[in-house]
Amino acid sequence: MSGPSTYNPSTGIEKWLDERLPIIRLGYDSFVDFPTPRNLNYWWTFGGILAVFLMIQIVSGIVLAMHYVAHEDYAFDSVQRITRDVPFGWLIQSMHANGASFFFVAVYLHMFRGLYYGSYKAPREILWILGVVIYLLMMATGFMGYVLPWGQMSYWGAMVITNLIGALPFVGDALREWLWGGFSVGQSTLNRFFSLHYLLPFVIAAVVGLHIWALHVPGNGNPVGLETRKGKDNKKDTLPFHPYYTVKDGFAIIVYLMVFATFVFFLPTVLGHADNYIEANPLVTPAHIVPEWYYLPFYAILRAITFDIGPIDAKLGGVLAMFGAIGILFVLPWLDTSKVRSMRYRPLTRWFFLFFVVAALGLGWCGAVNPDDYVLGIEGFKFLYLGQFLTFYYFAYFIVILPLMGIIEKPKERPASIEAAVLGSDKA
Amino acid sequence: MKMTRIFAAAIAALGFAGTTLAAEGEQYPPKEHHWHQDGPFGTYDRQAVQRGYQVYQEVCASCHSMDLMRFRNLAQRGGPFEEEAFPNPNDNPIVMQIAASYTRVWDRDEINDDGDPVERAGLPSDPFPAPFPNVQMARASNGGAYPPDLSLIVKARTGGENYIYSLLTGYYDAPEDSHLAPGMYYNPYFAGGAIAMAPPLAEGIIEYADGTEATVEQMAEDVTTFLSWAGDPHMETRKQMGVMVLLFLLIFAILVYLAYRQVWANVKH
Repeated sequence: MSGPSTYNPSTGIEKWLDERLPIIRLGYDSFVDFPTPRNLNYWWTFGGILAVFLMIQIVSGIVLAMHYVAHEDYAFDSVQRITRDVPFGWLIQSMHANGASFFFVAVYLHMFRGLYYGSYKAPREILWILGVVIYLLMMATGFMGYVLPWGQMSYWGAMVITNLIGALPFVGDALREWLWGGFSVGQSTLNRFFSLHYLLPFVIAAVVGLHIWALHVPGNGNPVGLETRKGKDNKKDTLPFHPYYTVKDGFAIIVYLMVFATFVFFLPTVLGHADNYIEANPLVTPAHIVPEWYYLPFYAILRAITFDIGPIDAKLGGVLAMFGAIGILFVLPWLDTSKVRSMRYRPLTRWFFLFFVVAALGLGWCGAVNPDDYVLGIEGFKFLYLGQFLTFYYFAYFIVILPLMGIIEKPKERPASIEAAVLGSDKA
Repeated sequence: MKMTRIFAAAIAALGFAGTTLAAEGEQYPPKEHHWHQDGPFGTYDRQAVQRGYQVYQEVCASCHSMDLMRFRNLAQRGGPFEEEAFPNPNDNPIVMQIAASYTRVWDRDEINDDGDPVERAGLPSDPFPAPFPNVQMARASNGGAYPPDLSLIVKARTGGENYIYSLLTGYYDAPEDSHLAPGMYYNPYFAGGAIAMAPPLAEGIIEYADGTEATVEQMAEDVTTFLSWAGDPHMETRKQMGVMVLLFLLIFAILVYLAYRQVWANVKH
């Protein structure tokens, strides 16, 4: 990892193991003695929180899979049996369903942290791209997981999303049937979604391994956006990961778990949808098909494209915009032309960033409501128009504002080093 | 777009089913009612759940199934007929008696030596008997409308208990300009305002075992409480455990925070 290993095997068994499989050395260098910038704030704790939630989802999911029946006639009842008759099934099911939401809350905060502090910039482009890959895998896993209880929203959500594939020119229909394993969402779809829903979390875990590897080569970014100095000065800029950040991350994880427990035990159904307590029925379409909350901004982008663009019809345009909204994150490191990482020193861009956060939340709002309703009851101001404006801003932020700001913005003066920043701003 | 088409299809389907009124009447928001099970410490009113089961059994059950319920559920921990003397709900005499009052073929695969399905008195492990053997027969007996299963009805409706209570107590005389199809009833708490279910409750249609006066409001409140329990039977255990978990995490958080202050005490950051 970064810097020479300081691990010193003290017992005979450790020495014996170290010469054969230096796994304790790897753990020691990565999570005990790893030099970490001393100025990380609480926004940096979400990485640890995400690792905990990946484990919660995998462990609770494995137990649920022991009782779940992936069959269109039994899936709905089997989930109900879990919550009624399996010992502590109500707890495990609630943890898994709400855990998905809290996983996404944490990943969104983690991503906004990265956007604000410029964590995607050189030399951390690969680290960022691996993060976007994890996010995409999470979206796929979450979507397929939501189909498994086989309620009305499960079924019709799956119908709407898989139909999007059909919008692709030439290959769309064939691809969609291949995905369904038939001519509609049905038994074969449910079965393969269950299989993939079990597989993908382990793929996520593997990519998380790469993500941490890519993190430990350049080391953590930090709020002032300066690299830690090499050599003798390194100690002045950094602290060993343990105990400093194990205890800080640990505290943040427990606080986050308290919010999680409040939902699991006292509000277990508020993040879900009432229609998903009705068994899937291909003959009855719910009045409003709404995806899970964590997809709502992208759902709003999908619905914002209501016009044809040249040869691209509105439906395909919406699909391209929706996938483009995530795809653009892959090239973000090369769109942002500024040499300054942290928004703390970017007086103009920082405001554009804050409005970007507002736009993302606003898109979530637009995704949750009927696009023909009026915003705050203002006659004529449809949610569709708000969604279109915010979609425009979403893309403009990446394609226009970030490239331009690197050229025209005059950044504020930055401290000479992390040590200087710490001594200058904080006496605690 | 696809969404708009699906939406339009849904509207059309509802229209053909004849369940919507020409939308003169807007749907009323559910009444605000206080429930014993509300809030982080709320528990089910045991007496109300018992009375509610009586309402379900004597009124609702003639049309509505509760497929997810077994008789034994009534005697399990937190259930209306729970008794400490019978930790195994299958031994509970009240529930054995309720189950035994139904005689039928419980399971087509349960056959005697001649290969015929067995007809026998119910056991606590048997499910609540469904009023109709299949959806078609249920529709045929109810003017084309399908009485939904009630096992999860409180969770499956936006507004939960308040919605169910409002619906049960929300039958009014139809406004003069409404065009009710034959066999439909006016209920502004129901989407569209026209519901195929006749007003199910009327003053005094049942005689409560505990002597409570059977007003429409009383029965609606009781049966809603029962249905709420049926949809979420482990709620009390869940909340009790939640309090303990949060207390544990709070103390843990304080300890870790103090450790954090200690570790970082002499470090500039």
